[in-house]
Amino acid sequence: MKDFKHAIVLGGFSLVFGIMLAVTGSLTASAIVDRAMEDRLNSLAQVLPANLHDNNPVKDAVSLKNAEGKEIIVYRAMKEGKVTGVAYEVQGSGYGGSIKLMMGIDLEGRLLGVRVTSHKETPGLGDRMEEKKGDWILRFTGLSLGNPPIEKWKVKKDGGQFDQFAGATITPRAVVGAVRGGMEFFASNKTQMMEMK
Amino acid sequence: MATEYNRIIKDGLWGNNAVLNMFLGLCPAMAVTTSATNGLGLGLATLAVLCTSSVLVAILRNLITKEVRIPVYILIVASMVTMVDLSMNAWVHELYKVLGIFIALIVVNCIVLARLESFASKESVTASLVDGLSVGIGFTMSLVVIGGLREIMGQGTLFADASLLLGPAFKFLEMRILPPDSGMLMMILPPGGFLVVAHLVVLKRLIDARAGKNEPVAAPHPA
Repeated sequence: MKDFKHAIVLGGFSLVFGIMLAVTGSLTASAIVDRAMEDRLNSLAQVLPANLHDNNPVKDAVSLKNAEGKEIIVYRAMKEGKVTGVAYEVQGSGYGGSIKLMMGIDLEGRLLGVRVTSHKETPGLGDRMEEKKGDWILRFTGLSLGNPPIEKWKVKKDGGQFDQFAGATITPRAVVGAVRGGMEFFASNKTQMMEMK
Repeated sequence: MATEYNRIIKDGLWGNNAVLNMFLGLCPAMAVTTSATNGLGLGLATLAVLCTSSVLVAILRNLITKEVRIPVYILIVASMVTMVDLSMNAWVHELYKVLGIFIALIVVNCIVLARLESFASKESVTASLVDGLSVGIGFTMSLVVIGGLREIMGQGTLFADASLLLGPAFKFLEMRILPPDSGMLMMILPPGGFLVVAHLVVLKRLIDARAGKNEPVAAPHPA
């Protein structure tokens, strides 16, 4: 009989807190989806200038496969129904794990901007690629696959034209490589990005 | 009665300080205290959960049978943390973006469970609230001191980004102590956490010994 009482107590508490969690979950669910959309739009706004589009790039996104067969969601900026620029996330392999970058490209293949969205690089060394910790990442804006030429899309240590930062080579190398890969992805999928519905 | 509350407050803040005496919650404490602001964030979030769950357990203490108390405490703490997490994400999203990473860490923080088990399950609601507040504030103070020391030595700043956590009114807290790029990077990395905590423990024991106090009331348990 005593065991029965414990079961009732534990079961009762589980039931009550389960119901409370379910209620909280359903009350907050739609607001959380909205907030996630706002966050996405905010990070897209940094690489897709507002004057390029009159649509919601998240709603007009398409999914394409890159050279390795990985799905990439391409957010499309559109003006009067025509694609004016695209943005998508690319990944590089840094010192502390994968570095995720959001990059925007216009129709001529020029970079509208690159921003780090998440990384695990060493604080004080590799994190200087963050926009709030330095202007290194802003140097990509305006560049394209021909400018500089493809063989110069490397850090200086590897014979390219991009500065590494003091004490960190792996991080900039990963970022430059990821951005170059992203530009090549654009070059080989441009028509699909423009025309897919 | 008054002296009893005095003792609870004194123990929570100093005598039985969560980090420096009880060595509880060291895992989130070390991981997060790379800056004073981060320490403050985790401290305040823990304080909130500690108080609410202490009060809840004190109210329900006669309903919870001894045999199933631990699973019930875990249930209460995890549910409170999840509800706070969801509500903050939905309704105070800006604050959530700063504090969000700390909230999930509280579930695994054994200070909360330890206070529920050793205090709130036996004492009145008011006493449990006072205990939750004092232990929580003691924890917050230690984290801010650890974070502040690591930040000054590692980055040369103090309370950097405090205005992101507390609002623009607290911009005055953000200070630069040493010139840029002169910090010792190691202090921000994990070894710095161990070094600072160890030195603070020594310092606290020295102060206690000077003051002629005896050993802390509870024997320290490794976390």
